[in-house]
Amino acid sequence: MAGEFGNPEVVQEEVDILIIGGGMAACGAAYELGPWLDAAKKDGHDISVKLVDKAAMDRSGAVAQGLSAINTYIGSEQDPADYARMVSNDLMGITRDDLAYDLGRHVDESVHLFEEWGLPIWKTDENGERFDGSKGMTPLKDGGKPVRSGKWQIMINGESYKWIVAEAAKKALGTDRIQERVFIVKLVNDKNDSNRIAGAVGFSTREDKVFVYKAKAILLVAGGCVNIFRPRSVGEGQGRAWYPVWNAGSTYAMAAEAGAELTLMENRFVPTRFKDGYGPVGAWFLLFKAKATNAFGEVYMDRNKEMLNDYPPYGQAAVPASCLRNHLMLKEMREGRGPIYMDTVTALANLRETLSPREVKHLEAEAWEDFLDMCIGQCGIWAGENIEPEKKNSELMPTEPYLLGSHSGCCGIWVSGPTDVGAPTEETESGVPEHLPSGWHWGYRGMTTVNGLFTAGDGVGASGHKFSSGSHAEGRMCAKSMVQYVIDNKEYNVELADSVDDLVAEIYQPVKTYLEFKDYSTAIDVNPNYITPRMLQFRLQKAMDEYVAGVATYYTTNEKMLSVAEEKLNDLKEDALKMRAKDLHELLRAWENYHRILTAEAHMKHIQFREESRYPGFYYRMDKNFVDEENWHCFVNSVYDRSTKTWTCFKRAHVDIVDKAKLFK
Amino acid sequence: MPTFVRTEKCDGCKGQDRTACMYICPHDLMKLDKDGSETGHAMKSFNQEPDQCWECYSCIKICPQQAIEARPYADIVPLGASVQPLRGTDSIMWTIKFRNGTMKRFKFPIRTTPEGSIDPYGGKPEADMSKIAEPGFFVQVNGYRAGDPSELIRK
Ligand SMILES: Cc1cc2nc3c(=O)[nH]c(=O)nc-3n(C[C@H](O)[C@H](O)[C@H](O)COP(=O)(O)OP(=O)(O)OC[C@H]3O[C@@H](n4cnc5c(N)ncnc54)[C@H](O)[C@@H]3O)c2cc1C
Ligand code: SF4
Ligand code: SF4
Repeated sequence: MAGEFGNPEVVQEEVDILIIGGGMAACGAAYELGPWLDAAKKDGHDISVKLVDKAAMDRSGAVAQGLSAINTYIGSEQDPADYARMVSNDLMGITRDDLAYDLGRHVDESVHLFEEWGLPIWKTDENGERFDGSKGMTPLKDGGKPVRSGKWQIMINGESYKWIVAEAAKKALGTDRIQERVFIVKLVNDKNDSNRIAGAVGFSTREDKVFVYKAKAILLVAGGCVNIFRPRSVGEGQGRAWYPVWNAGSTYAMAAEAGAELTLMENRFVPTRFKDGYGPVGAWFLLFKAKATNAFGEVYMDRNKEMLNDYPPYGQAAVPASCLRNHLMLKEMREGRGPIYMDTVTALANLRETLSPREVKHLEAEAWEDFLDMCIGQCGIWAGENIEPEKKNSELMPTEPYLLGSHSGCCGIWVSGPTDVGAPTEETESGVPEHLPSGWHWGYRGMTTVNGLFTAGDGVGASGHKFSSGSHAEGRMCAKSMVQYVIDNKEYNVELADSVDDLVAEIYQPVKTYLEFKDYSTAIDVNPNYITPRMLQFRLQKAMDEYVAGVATYYTTNEKMLSVAEEKLNDLKEDALKMRAKDLHELLRAWENYHRILTAEAHMKHIQFREESRYPGFYYRMDKNFVDEENWHCFVNSVYDRSTKTWTCFKRAHVDIVDKAKLFK
Repeated sequence: MPTFVRTEKCDGCKGQDRTACMYICPHDLMKLDKDGSETGHAMKSFNQEPDQCWECYSCIKICPQQAIEARPYADIVPLGASVQPLRGTDSIMWTIKFRNGTMKRFKFPIRTTPEGSIDPYGGKPEADMSKIAEPGFFVQVNGYRAGDPSELIRK
């Protein structure tokens, strides 16, 4: 009977627009859609929508525990061009100015809505004294002054950030258009047009049900990728990653399999964070003006500052690229001058001298709130190790690598940008596969190179530093273009390229494998006929850590190591066909890890293709340990062929749309 | 800091279809042991994969019985510390207990509007179909930054 473990009920649904994910970008799309759907309806277009999330929107995605800052707020005093310049320099000169600029134009619109919905935003009064967000001061939209913790960041009381944004999204869309606890496993192309999207399939993690969606337009916003590298903690703490452990590269893997062009998958983010708990350092550096030192109290950014000159011009901006800051720190660690510390004691003492008594009282609370709002585990470590920041300094550590496109990284999918900012309309590099578009825009903002497939937030490559607010705004831009796309393609009826039976069989294969072989051995986890998702993950992490510049090798690799990794990942991909799932929870883990493997492979392939070390401090190809502006000041993009399981990497030309010289004046 | 459930406090959310902790965990970790076959405690929840816990505290904050706590990960942190929230409708209170007994308490605002009060489109204009291909959203709340056109060097 259908609806039992191993024999799922199949639910088929046809919609015009499918949103995969319920995070910041998805909530942005859900909100912006409403009025456009109404307007379309008036013109005679009845457009149906569904949003599916693997978790519960109230707390799903990277903002689950909250945030203590909105990292992208332009404000009326800065220009989107300034923002695009900052993004470019932080990512070593290779980003899409068109995307960053466009985001800079739009992002504050979302921030103003968050405040209206109830997100408390810190303010300063006319004397420059700061207040938390509960004080009901002038809203940002009417000229209220936020507390800047940096040029682009504003402080919030953000414990309920996601809860608030999700409330607006859920009300906007209506609960009958939302399906939670469905994990999407793969996208399905159109039967008659292989470069068009036609649907997606997934399963419920609560009931034995497989969902087959047919859709004209799909917004794939399932976040970035965590846990493809062996984490620094391999025991009970391994789930306490810096980025959310549940974002498993679904965005990149599913897009790649559907044929979408990826970009800069060699880019990774290796944040320096408080050791073991991954507590954020931004407020400590920017708001509390703390310095990071080696074990002997020397500030490594000063001690090693000449190293920045090795990487012109990116090292010479007022704020050097993030990877270069790591580069300077790693020198201290490699040469035995660790541990590295955040000098919280001096910073807090200095602040006590300049602030009012009321502010001092709040100071300690602010330091703790920074963690409690977005990285509670760090408080557990401080409490367990008896660390009070005014009395004892804390260790810093560079983390294992993460893949993401919305935070301080820029891997992801190649998308169509705005048409009104002077972006290229032609490609000057040779070697781009024929079927791909040549310029930077091809009709619909946010659409990938697969017709009907859109992405935002962590999904969009070549334009990092969007953060929570930018991801929301980018989702909203996609909402508009999807409505446009659906209307323009009204007459086209998509058909799934694969049969529903095949799709269901594929998704439930790990369950079938388990049921078939479980009695072969007496210990259910040790059985030569299958591999548990957990072991699959360990194998992936070991290969990536040891050969693809993980922490084991101090982020170094070379051509030879990469080819070893290539073999190991190939075997792993083959063995993924033998994943087992003893229950629905393990089926979730199985497919998450499958997505991780594909994402990891893309990362490895891109590092292999780019014959330089573009991001020193994030990874080093020791056989090409330099930045080669002449040959590699370009994007590295790729497409995956689902049938042959192979990648094709190629270059795309980089072009400046805003003048970068201004950074160095 | 994986979560754990206090045996005497959890009431299995009174036997409802879905428990609050299962509903909310973004990583599908909390599980109700209906018959006690997994934990020895029937109709109580547990964290089925502690080493995958992100410590987001979502389950801890939502549990109506305050039955869930977190213990710092045993492979890193010395014993004895705890960090426990009590989340209300407009603020959250934190109690932090150090290994050496030091206690700290903090209270932070979490939202300025009543929960459930958001009226997403109240007072907002309709979308104008003729502008769908232009930059900007259906509504402008004073946040669109048009930018200095002379900055665009290829135009
Ligand atoms: C520790 C930390 C600190 C940060 N600090 C800040 C900060 O201070 N300020 C700031 O502005 N930003 C910050 N960010 C960044 C911000 O959270 C992200 O930029 C933003 O959430 C990205 O949005 P997204 O929609 O792309 O992904 P997410 O918000 O992560 O959403 C992904 C969604 O996809 C769902 N999903 C995943 N896989 C699947 C699947 N296969 N099927 C169905 N659904 C799926 C998830 O459940 C989730 O709903 C921080 C993030 C972290 C983790
Ligand atoms: S939410 Fe609390 S009371 Fe309800 S099942 Fe979970 S632990 Fe038990
Ligand atoms: S703390 Fe977060 S990840 Fe851990 S069990 Fe609770 S909800 Fe899940």
